[in-house]
Amino acid sequence: MVELGKYAGAVLSAYGVTMVLLVLLMVATWRRSVKVKAALDAAEERQKKNG
Amino acid sequence: MSLWEYANPVKFMALSGKVLPWIIGLTALTLIPGLIWGFFLTPEAENFGTSVKIIYIHVPSAMMAINIWVMMLVTSLIWLVRRHHVSALAAKGAAMVGLVMTVIALFTGAIWGEPMWGTYWAWDPRLTSFLILFLFYLGYMALWQAIENPDTAADLTAVLCIVGSVFALLSRYAVNFWNQGLHQGASLSMDKEENVSDVFYQPLLLCIAGFILLFVAVMLIRTRTEVRTRRLHALETRERMSDG
Repeated sequence: MVELGKYAGAVLSAYGVTMVLLVLLMVATWRRSVKVKAALDAAEERQKKNG
Repeated sequence: MSLWEYANPVKFMALSGKVLPWIIGLTALTLIPGLIWGFFLTPEAENFGTSVKIIYIHVPSAMMAINIWVMMLVTSLIWLVRRHHVSALAAKGAAMVGLVMTVIALFTGAIWGEPMWGTYWAWDPRLTSFLILFLFYLGYMALWQAIENPDTAADLTAVLCIVGSVFALLSRYAVNFWNQGLHQGASLSMDKEENVSDVFYQPLLLCIAGFILLFVAVMLIRTRTEVRTRRLHALETRERMSDG
């Protein structure tokens, strides 16, 4: 493990918050993408059936 | 073949669908090794001690916060001039990434500022213009949500984007305009004397490349979602009209 000395709190919290924010951004982006794609596929299927 | 052809939603979806897996792969290949290199394999800096490791997230996120707004400005201008829907939706798709990058830059800057300057925050020109840029990102996203008609929303957010560009540029050049303030000059420079030393510079470049690719990947996914959302609304409207 890296020895961070007196700056351990600052460095670890900076990296921790950054990772959490980036993961939240990616997960939220992916989830919305999947949800909208499923809704669009369903709407296009309905349109095909109804002519 | 003209570049403008990719403003066609069908062509945009086809091309972005092909390149997206490659961009996601390249993001993983640059960002993960870059952060590991910066965090685990770089020495302490003479002036900053181990706190220098924050540079690998603070500098790329701050650069992205500014440059994403510039990208939004360009795509907003394309919308205003040429009325290509994909360009307006790309600006919308980029905004959340820009907001997150601004929050990371502000937070890591404050965390770094406390041991270096003795305070988390100062009304320094660069810090203040960055805070205003953060508020512009919030306002931009709120405006998209507040207006029902997507073309009107695209018009008004494009105007807001043009106004906000002043603060995006100020965030970048405030240190040059005003010499007072706590924030030091740019960490990266074409002048080798002013640039950070190679031992920090190389992993920093890799992290910057990783952040750029991450932005492109997330922005493309979000833009594709916006294109699909627009198509979905059109189909639902058609369904409602035929039912009525």
